[in-house]
Parts: sequence; structure tokens; C-alpha cells
Amino acid sequence: MADLTTDFLGIRSPNPFWLASAPPTDKEYNVRRAFDAGWGGVVWKTLGEEGPPVVNVNGPRYGAIYGADRRLLGLNNIELITDRPLEVNLREMKAVKRDYPDRALIASIMVPCEEEAWRKILPLVEETGADGIELNCGCPHGMSERGMGSAVGQAPDLIEMITRWCKQMTRMPVIVKLTPNITDVRGPARAAKAGGADAVSLINTINSITSVDLDNFSPQPTIDGKGTHGGYCGPAVKPIAMNMVAEIARDAETHGLPISGIGGITTWRDAAEFMALGCGNVQVCTAAMTYGFKIVDEMKRGLSGWMDEKGYASVSDFVGRAVPNVTDWQYLNLNYVTKARIDQDLCIKCGRCYAACEDTSHQAIAMKPGRVFEVKDDECVACNLCVDVCPVEDCITMTELDAGTVDERTGRVVEGEYANWTTHPNNPSAQAAE
Amino acid sequence: MPNAMTPGLVPERLDPQEIRDNFADLHPPLSEHQAHVAADRCYFCYDAPCVTACPTAIDIPLFIRQIATGRPEDAGRTIFEQNILGGMCARVCPTENLCEGACVREIAEGEPVQIGLLQRHATDSVMARQGHPFVRSAPTGRHVAVVGGGPAGMACAHRLAMKGHEVTVYEARPKPGGLNEYGIAAYKTVDDFAAREVDWLLGIGGITIETGRALGEDLTLAELVEGHDAVFLGLGLGGVNALNAPGSDMTGVEPAVHFIERLRQAEEKATLPVGRNVVVIGGGMTAVDAAVQSKLLGAASVTLAYRKGREAMPASRWEQDLAASKGVQLVFDVSPVEIRGNGAVTEIAFTHPESEAPVLMQADQVLLAIGQRLAGDQGLAREGAKIAVTGPGRTSLEKVWAGGDCAAGGDDLTVTAVANGRDAAEDIHASLTAGG
Ligand SMILES: Cc1cc2nc3c(=O)[nH]c(=O)nc-3n(C[C@H](O)[C@H](O)[C@H](O)COP(=O)(O)O)c2cc1C
Repeated sequence: MADLTTDFLGIRSPNPFWLASAPPTDKEYNVRRAFDAGWGGVVWKTLGEEGPPVVNVNGPRYGAIYGADRRLLGLNNIELITDRPLEVNLREMKAVKRDYPDRALIASIMVPCEEEAWRKILPLVEETGADGIELNCGCPHGMSERGMGSAVGQAPDLIEMITRWCKQMTRMPVIVKLTPNITDVRGPARAAKAGGADAVSLINTINSITSVDLDNFSPQPTIDGKGTHGGYCGPAVKPIAMNMVAEIARDAETHGLPISGIGGITTWRDAAEFMALGCGNVQVCTAAMTYGFKIVDEMKRGLSGWMDEKGYASVSDFVGRAVPNVTDWQYLNLNYVTKARIDQDLCIKCGRCYAACEDTSHQAIAMKPGRVFEVKDDECVACNLCVDVCPVEDCITMTELDAGTVDERTGRVVEGEYANWTTHPNNPSAQAAE
Repeated sequence: MPNAMTPGLVPERLDPQEIRDNFADLHPPLSEHQAHVAADRCYFCYDAPCVTACPTAIDIPLFIRQIATGRPEDAGRTIFEQNILGGMCARVCPTENLCEGACVREIAEGEPVQIGLLQRHATDSVMARQGHPFVRSAPTGRHVAVVGGGPAGMACAHRLAMKGHEVTVYEARPKPGGLNEYGIAAYKTVDDFAAREVDWLLGIGGITIETGRALGEDLTLAELVEGHDAVFLGLGLGGVNALNAPGSDMTGVEPAVHFIERLRQAEEKATLPVGRNVVVIGGGMTAVDAAVQSKLLGAASVTLAYRKGREAMPASRWEQDLAASKGVQLVFDVSPVEIRGNGAVTEIAFTHPESEAPVLMQADQVLLAIGQRLAGDQGLAREGAKIAVTGPGRTSLEKVWAGGDCAAGGDDLTVTAVANGRDAAEDIHASLTAGG
């Protein structure tokens, strides 16, 4: 059995599956149950300043996007940070950490961008025995209106500043949690690194309106006829999160900065993909909120089963393995030529490939009598849309043309050597290949 | 109290409540959530094979997508535009031979999209509403006679009325509906659906029904042609084929359609007498309907005796399996040669290719489902035993159209009759408005 133990910033946990800072980690009762269910660690629900806690709305705080069988595909929330008193949370964190010394317990913190505020809270957190802190620079609603959360995450200089304060004020490792509500995530990541962050975690939720009630024309969730944008999470956000993770993992300035991956992780496979893109561990929120804590069983078994199959003894054997393969468009090999191939034995004759190609793409599929669908090699640009719309797995595949064969569409012989846009004759700023 | 073993033809072989339960909806309707899940399985095929397979060419992928997007009533309208009896067709079509048989998922997985049930979901949601979904065009002043209030006639009448023509439907029986009302197994159309559907259809306006009016009795074709701008014949097949074997006049022997008709009209099915040993002779849907319903009434043994092999049987494999699942025994390659008894039937002798001696079956009730034929002579050219038609139902006589089971070329399905009636109506409309 593969060893799932992870060491993230020196914080050891029996597996890489942590619960993200959110309702599942908002109190001792939940976290104890989560640890009993087998989660490797938790990031406690974000703590705020001492004093009267924030308040939440008293109407619905979630909106959802469903598949046909009401499978939850995306979740949106307008919840704020913890609405329980700081001292209660601290007391509970201390008790939990004492009873579960082998699990990771991270305190998520969000206080105003004032040095004093951080100086006050950090010693209190340290006193709980927490393994580290996560700076919540991501919450996109409510708190951001008060100059915190994503308002900080969108201002790299503020990120750098509070990170630096924390690094000066505490011995605990500092993780900076980033917001995806920004044009280029590398800016905030570089700022975190410049401030001395030990790691970044991402993504927090994405600004969103999940639906509009067409009877009363209010966005949902609706509070007395009005709505506000919430934060989107769950399976739907995974592709966005993974791209942001990859951008940080391969950026020259932030390469090597530890990353805790978050966003839509629902299965072991999602986790493995994030880790292949450079995440030392992962955090899960929506999947646990949808199915309960027990899903970690599937995640652990799935990951270790796959690792056994591949011969990986520990997670560090595959963390980051996909990073070198993420590149810029301009470096993609333009001499790599493929054509769609339809397996007639698997084809069920639905014609979706035909409709997609004929109506919206390159008219490269012929419909022949008897509903036989065939690729026209002289028109196929290898776009892959037919593969994506085909309901039968592996019925349509893309096959590579060997070097030396003729691409019927271009009439050109496929070349064996790698060549990309930077040297392409159509590129006005092409450099001659050396 | 009689029971399954009581000999002869007796009512109440089972507890009346059990019989009522037996005749409940064969396929209960889908709930809204089930419909969403079922609709999600549709691939929205290009030039979809299910549409090609539907005699009324309903745009099936479109209506299923309308259900999936939360517009079941619009879905119903999409169906009704092509097939005004889409509600009945959803219940009685042999979908396994038509749309669902052609569904790519049937071919791929043996599990088609549940088109029939989805169609029912959509049509039910329209019919549950007040009012009729279509609006009649301004009156044209033209008057068309429709003979026969079955699926062909009612579909024709509706389409003509929608175009603004005045329609009189002449129906021989006490109620309109044709086979939907008097034929077809009761468990396929519960809660008086056939009658409700006709009432709903009449909501278009402009249609008058005269019951008890039969062509060849108090009506002649010449009078109808004389008194109307056009005539549509949707007569159905009123005659039943006789069994060419001695003894077929014995008590206990009757056409299956008569048995089914009594069943359909009975308020309380338990009052219907049924034999202990029932033999149904035939291999079509009527034979299956008669056999299954005999069993549901409590007959101890029901045998469906067909003269050819299973593959040749007109009833679909699905219908055959339904019969078997209800306890009907299917016997193939047997031809009846003699019905025996002393006034009342007691046994039937069959020949079987592998048996020298006749095969004997005990029977106190014999239901003949060996086909119906066109009754009467309308004075129209025939093709075989049916009225010859060209194109959309034109007969040999000007101003006279025909469709449904009485016309040549059909396949004796409700849905085909609807298509015939609709297409004839369009042609009648074109001819009435041509040049004008
Ligand atoms: C109801 C709810 C409350 C959340 N509260 C916090 C929070 O207090 N602090 C925080 O850093 N992230 C918070 N998040 C964001 C999650 O930690 C996580 O970053 C996000 O949901 C993406 O992960 P997922 O797709 O697995 O849910 C919250 C998410 C949800 C759904």
C-alpha cells in the first residue's frame, strides 16, 4: 500500500486530504467527526478579530447548479467568516489539536490590514498549538466590502505587507490563500512569496450569480427579493483552479513555492491531478458539504490504489510531474498532425459528431447512407470537437499522422521535427531557427 | 363464490379489488423529476432515427429537450402539432417497434430513451390544463363529413376544424373513439382516457358528433358526398374474420374484439364472465390484449395459440413477453382444425407440424383474434380487401378520402391512422381552398 503521508511545510498529516476553511471546519464538533472519518487535516473556518463576531444573513446563503439528476455541479455562497466568538473557536481548536496530534490543524485568519490587528491575534492562535496559519485573501463577498478578503487578494502590495507582518510575528508557517477573482494570479502569488510566505493555497471562490428567479427577477440566493454575487465552488470550478495552480507552479518567480490545491476536488482523481500540477496537498470543501465526511474514504483508497498501480511509493513521487508539460501556446508543436478516426463498430449513429462538425466547425464529417459517419481527412483540422460531443467513450479518437505521410488537408508532408509558432513563416516576429 | 378453478364462464374469479388492481395503469406516469432524468438520456441525435420511425414524425428530440428545460407543456404542443392523439399514442404505440426501437441507445445499450413515457408526461401536462391548446382559424363556410370517430376520423376532424372548416363526425357506435374506446387493453388506457381525450380534442370547436349513424345503414356515401364539400372515411374494420373450422359456432367461442369491447365498457371488470381455460387464437396485438386480460380477470389457464413461429408473430417481442409475464402460455405452430363440445366448447383440436395426432387443448372459452376486415361495400375501388388510396388518402371517388385501418397500405396502428387522418385533412383543405 502506497504511503499517503504528506509533509507540507514541515506539517505532517497522514494523508494529503485537508478540509478547506468553510462550514465543515467551523467548530469542534465537525472537526472531531472529520478527523474520526479520516481527514488528514483541516483549515479551521476563518477567524476574525476579537470582539462582536460578524453576522450572517438569516435567509438562504447558497445557490446551486445541478445536472439532470440533481447532481450538484456548482455551489455558490454568501457566507462570511466564522460568526462565532474568537475565544470559543480558539478554545475548541486547542482541544481538538490536543486530542488529534497527528492531524494538521491550520488556522485561517482574516483581520484588517493593520499591523496591530495581526499583532493581537497571532499569539492567541499560536497558543492553541495550531500547525500553521492561512491568510484568507480570498473571500469575495461581504468581507471584501470591508477591505478584507478578496479586496486584499486583489492588491499584491497588501498581500505582501500582511504576509511580511505574519512572518515577523509568528513562528508558524504562513500559507496565503489566493482569490481567483483577478486577471493574472501570478501577481498575488509573487507578492505572497516576496512577503515571505511559506506557501500559497488556491482557489477561494469565484464571483458568481448562479441563477435568476424569472418570476420576481431576483438573483439567487434571494434575500427578501434581492441578491448579491456569491462565491462559486464545487466541480464546476476545478478547471479554473487547476490553471491557476499551474500558472504559479511554472512561473519562474514562484516555481517551487509550495501550493495547497483547492477548487472542485471531489474524487481521488481530481486530487491526483492537482498534485501532478504541483500541489503538495489538497483541500476540499464542496464535496464534503455535498456528500459528508465519508468521501475521504474513496479519496484515500483511490489515490493509494492508483499509486500502487503506478508504482509510486509516496506522494512526492508524482507531485509536480505534470508541471514541465504545461507550456505556452507558442511552444506547441505545429508539426504534430492528427486526424479524427471513428470506430464504426462502436458508433451508435447518433450523428452528434456530424451536427457539430457540419453546423459549427469544418464540415469534415460525411454522413453516408445508413447513417454511416466518416471523417474527411482533407477537411479535418483535428479540432477534437467530435470527440468531445460523442456520447461513446473511445468511439472517436485522434490519431497522429506519421512523419512522411501527407496531410490531405494541407497537401503537405508531415515533418518529424518539432516546430512551433516562434519560427513559423506566418509569424511576423518569427526568429529564424538556429 | 367462484374461483380460478370453477368450470365454465363465470364472473368474479378473483376478488373485485384484486381485479381492479390488475387493471391499473401498465406504466405509471413519470414524476417530474423522473421525467428530467429520463429526458437527460436523449442525445438530441442529428436527423434522429426516432423521428423517422414515428408514423406521425413527431420531433422527438425537440420535445424531450423542452421537457429537460422545464417546458413540458410546450413539449406537449410540439407533439400535438404532429399528432393530436399524442396522449393515446404515448400509451398504446408499440414504441419498441417504432421510436424506441430506433433509438440509438436501444441499439447501443438495449436501453432506449423512454420516449413513450416522456410523451405521456408532456401530453398529460397539456391536457391537465384548462382549455385547448390550439386556436381555430376563421370559419371557411365549408363542411366536411367524417365517417368514423376513431383515431383516423378524429385526427382528420381536428385538423379540418383547426383550418376553419365545419365538420360532422358520423359514428356508428354510441361513443366516439373507435378502437381507442372499444379496442386496446384496458390497462393501457385507464381512467376513461379515450373518452377524455375525445372531449379535449373537441375543444377546438367546429366539430359535431352524431353517434348511432352508420354508413350502409342510415347513411349512404352518395348522400354524404351530395351534402358536404368533402367526405373522409375512417371506418376501421368492422367485420371479423371467421374461423374456418367446425364447431366455431359453439357457446363460448367469440371474436376477441367483442370480448375486449365488453371489458372496456364494463364499469366493474369483476362482473365479466371469463373461462377457466381460455384459448386465444391469433398472434397480433388483439390476441395479446385478449389473452392478458383474460388472465387478469382470473382465468386459471390462458393459452395464446398462433399458427406460425414466434418470429412471424405480429405482436412485438415486448408484447409477447408482457403476456408471458402475466402467465399467458404462448404456443406456436398450431392451427385449429376443430372446436369440440356439446353445445358449449370443451376442447380444441390443433395440428402441429411435429405431431401426427391432433394436439388437444381444454377450453371453455375461445377468443378468435384472426383479423378484422372492412365491413360493407362503399362502392369504392379496393386494393385487396381494403379501400384503395393514392397519396394522402384519395379514393377512386372525387371528394372522398379514406384513411386508417379501412384504407390500403396501413399497418393497423393508432399512430398510423392519426397520420392518415391528418394528411388527408391537409389534402382536403388544399383542395377546398385551391383557386379560391
Ligand atoms: C459556505 C462556504 C463558506 C466558505 N467560507 C470560507 C472561509 O471562511 N474562509 C475561506 O478561506 N474560504 C471559505 N470558503 C472557500 C472554500 O474554503 C474553498 O476555497 C472553496 O469552496 C473552493 O473549494 P471547493 O470547490 O472544494 O468547495 C467557503 C466556501 C463555502 C462553500
